[in-house]
Amino acid sequence: MRRGSIIFQLAVRNIRLNLLRSLLAALGIVIGVIAIAAMGMMGANMTLMVKDQMSEMGNVLTVTHDAGTDGGGGPGGGPPGMSRASNDDEDDSYITESQFRAIRSAVGSNGTVYTVHSTNDRFSAGTRDGRATVYGLDPDVIPRILNLSDGAYPKGESGALVGASLAERFNLTLGSRLSLGDEDEGTHTIRVVGIVEERGMSFDLSTDMAVILPEKAYTSFYGNEEQYNQVNVILRDIDSADATSTSITERLNAKKRQVRVSDASRMLESITSTIGTMTTFVMAIAGISLLVAAVSIFNVMMMSVTERVREIGIMRSLGTQKTEILKMFLYESAVLGVTGSLIGAAGSFGIGYLVVVSLLGSADHFFEPQSLVYLPLAMLVGTAICILSGLYPSWRAAKLDPIEALRAE
Amino acid sequence: MSPAPIIELEEVTRIYPLPAGDVVALDHVSLSIEEGEFVAIMGPSGSGKTTLLNQIGCLDVPTSGRLRIAGREVGQMTDHELTELRLRKIGYIFQRFNLIPLLTAYENVEYPYLMMHRQNDATGWVAGLLASLGIDEALSAHRPAELSGGQQQRVAIARALVNDPSILICDEPTGNLDSRTGTQIMEILSDLNRRGRTIVIVTHDQTVAEYADRVITIRDGRPS
Repeated sequence: MRRGSIIFQLAVRNIRLNLLRSLLAALGIVIGVIAIAAMGMMGANMTLMVKDQMSEMGNVLTVTHDAGTDGGGGPGGGPPGMSRASNDDEDDSYITESQFRAIRSAVGSNGTVYTVHSTNDRFSAGTRDGRATVYGLDPDVIPRILNLSDGAYPKGESGALVGASLAERFNLTLGSRLSLGDEDEGTHTIRVVGIVEERGMSFDLSTDMAVILPEKAYTSFYGNEEQYNQVNVILRDIDSADATSTSITERLNAKKRQVRVSDASRMLESITSTIGTMTTFVMAIAGISLLVAAVSIFNVMMMSVTERVREIGIMRSLGTQKTEILKMFLYESAVLGVTGSLIGAAGSFGIGYLVVVSLLGSADHFFEPQSLVYLPLAMLVGTAICILSGLYPSWRAAKLDPIEALRAE
Repeated sequence: MSPAPIIELEEVTRIYPLPAGDVVALDHVSLSIEEGEFVAIMGPSGSGKTTLLNQIGCLDVPTSGRLRIAGREVGQMTDHELTELRLRKIGYIFQRFNLIPLLTAYENVEYPYLMMHRQNDATGWVAGLLASLGIDEALSAHRPAELSGGQQQRVAIARALVNDPSILICDEPTGNLDSRTGTQIMEILSDLNRRGRTIVIVTHDQTVAEYADRVITIRDGRPS
């Protein structure tokens, strides 16, 4: 045994002597660690799920018409709407064919550029009516951007694709007929030839509740030939997002602001940052339980010091330095903290898993480092709080006058 | 030439400031104790015996005056230096034994050894010391609460001796013992003194004082 070791032994033996009291104090830390770790893991899992769902479109830029301020000004170019008049003589909600060509040339070999027609329209399927987003896409592009769960890609102008959720909700199967539009303004009947796989939240195209028509079928019914709602760019390399975006804006917005380029990775950043803020907030609330635990540890440590005043006096008279006394009580609070945190971490593993599964419905990302990192993190916080709670009692013990301490009953 | 004093007090005063007024516990005390002496301090309750013992034992420092222990001036020492001096030069034997309840008898004796040497005793010195005082290996493994008063005081003596101190400070060492055990303890202390250890003992008991070479009687904070 060494000097530090006997001081540590004294701390451990005192905990054993007051086992129930010590366990109850450590229980607070257990609960606090579980609360913090479980909340942290939930936030991490949520972020990972969103990233997962959005990663497929991480390499997409969308270009839409910008009916806002005059171009060339950049930031601070005047409030929106002030320069509306200048755009009035144009089709101000569409991207024109010439703009599309300019975008394609700006992108060059950095990616594939395709146009998107879209509208929101009524439809009827059998006896049921509803509303859906209707997309018009180049039939050559469709197979490159959408995966089918059933059926085939439309050929020519005849068929249409429907999103998975739409098909499920309206019992649409291959061969089902849909009438787009309403009877007053004319309808257009199409046949379902394929069901698009579920894509979840999406940035470029939201197809789950949509009807996808070949471009010619779309324009023959809705018009707007060579006028596009949106132009999407699928980048070859996600790292070229900034450069491509700049190239498009430089080409089109140099004289007058015509288009707005949105970057999916920026949106992802903003969503994950929001989830991060929420997680921090929820963890802070969970941290209150650790604060309560800290008070409990403080109380136990103060009791421990009061009960052992005489022992402290003996130790001091035998030549024990103040720092050793300080260490003895800090060891005691650290042992409580480490024990509580270890049990808490084990509990967090189980409870965190249950929380993630029950709130998010999936534990696909539970075992990833970004999620599991909250276990050691919460342990660290739990132990640190315990040691901090023990600081004042330990300091009080260390500064006791040996004569006074020896006189204690 | 007489031996050098190991304990030297020059005009030592100890005043305890209290709200009701200062209490002068030691009033300009000058005395010296030579190496190897066996000195008993006697006096009525509240006379300042224990205050004097605390000064000699380096648990406290004088308010004024000079106190030298083993040639070193105590008054100006830091708490760290005083603690180090207690560890190396002074052994304590208390009336209430004052063993650490969480440690076994053996560990209690080993404790100051660990504090000084920073590692455990591999030479068998601690066990030998305990055995010489009649505490065998089986008893050494017991906690203080499981030992009799006499056994506890023997362990306390072993603990006081473990770092081979120059001075043994004893505060009523037989006060909590029956007369037979008390006599045994005094015989042990007397034997230690014969082997050159300086012993300062505070007692009310005249029979204990008879073991001493010299008796200092304190009254109202002054030797009389």
